[in-house]
Amino acid sequence: MGKNLSTFTSGIVKNNPTFVLVLGMCPTLATTSSAANGMGMGAATMFVLIMSNIVISLIKNLIPDKVRIPAYIVVIASFVTVVQLLMQAYLPDLYNTLGVFIPLIVVNCIILGRAEAFASKNGVWASALDGAGIGLGFTLSLTLIGMVREILGNGQIFGMDLWQGGGALIFVLAPGAFIVLGYLMILFRKLTAKK
Amino acid sequence: MVLVLFVICLVASGAVALVNNVTAEPIAKAQAQKVVAALKAVLPEFDNTPEAATVEGFEGVYYEAKSGDQTVGYAFESTSPNGFNGNVKLMVGFAVDGTIVNIEVLEQAETPGLGTNMTVADNVLLLSFRGKQAADVNMTVKKDGGDVDALTAATISSRAYTDAVARAYAAFKSVTTGEVNAYTSATQLKAQTENATTATEAPACGGCTKEEAQECGKGPHGNCGANCKHK
Repeated sequence: MGKNLSTFTSGIVKNNPTFVLVLGMCPTLATTSSAANGMGMGAATMFVLIMSNIVISLIKNLIPDKVRIPAYIVVIASFVTVVQLLMQAYLPDLYNTLGVFIPLIVVNCIILGRAEAFASKNGVWASALDGAGIGLGFTLSLTLIGMVREILGNGQIFGMDLWQGGGALIFVLAPGAFIVLGYLMILFRKLTAKK
Repeated sequence: MVLVLFVICLVASGAVALVNNVTAEPIAKAQAQKVVAALKAVLPEFDNTPEAATVEGFEGVYYEAKSGDQTVGYAFESTSPNGFNGNVKLMVGFAVDGTIVNIEVLEQAETPGLGTNMTVADNVLLLSFRGKQAADVNMTVKKDGGDVDALTAATISSRAYTDAVARAYAAFKSVTTGEVNAYTSATQLKAQTENATTATEAPACGGCTKEEAQECGKGPHGNCGANCKHK
């Protein structure tokens, strides 16, 4: 249990995909213009990550080494398509906002990275936990970046006004994503280094 | 090796097909609901189920709203390609007398915090149109000499929005009058008026002044022709 727990928590802090591994930067920068968008993107990625980790660890012994990458990609792409269809059907508003970034989850290096580095070497339960941990770490990071950008840029949090009159627009635009990400990364490193 | 990959692909595509089957209906429903919600927002009250129709000279579709047998308004799904980041798609609702009832933004990819303000309730852009007689509004932004308040100084998004409304109005005229009103963009229109002005200023009515020619009831100077008693 202790090992499983550390597998789970390492994804959130020690191996945080955004602030430590610095993987999956494209959706991180592009979809975090508000807290809700960041959270939606994170949740979609987490779902794909858990499911693909489970399936890949189940079939890891069946796949010949030479074709493992194409096999992983097929599995990941299928789950992404499933997420896309489900989101389009039941969360059309979120789907409209995230748009092209949903299909792009396929090429998110976090997912292929975890498939290759973890799921292909570990059991189903551990892989699922690893997916959940990394996915949760990604979701929390994206939500945090989205929150900071939304507060500074629009004076809102999850779409609710904190104060009237908005904020510094640059934080909602692309440069703001880099600035916020950079400062949060500094903060994250400083806090985790003390431990 | 090939066989394993083949089997994985087969299973994966089967699973995706299954999900597609399950979600096809909710997706269609969600899209239809979006249209109905937009129609309700931009039209006077109606009780029929408006169906998409097309009209010559207009790229999008339009919906006719009825209350009983009486047509109460038309809504046009109008797209302008001139947005900052691609298309700006609007649902523009007209009452039968040509009043713009309301406008909903269906699709846009403008700059967050600037152009995206076109989706905010009661923004200046919307207020330039809403509740007004379409014929009385000069559909270009104030910077270009029109009546439309722009969202930002750069006016790119505002121009695209205005362009989409103007397209919808051209189509509205086609539908209500039965004539084909191919939409001409503001720049084309400007070129046309310039041509027209040069044509009317050509002195063709021998000897008579402009004012006298206009009294003939034949309009500007150049057109009074054979009916001009001053000839």
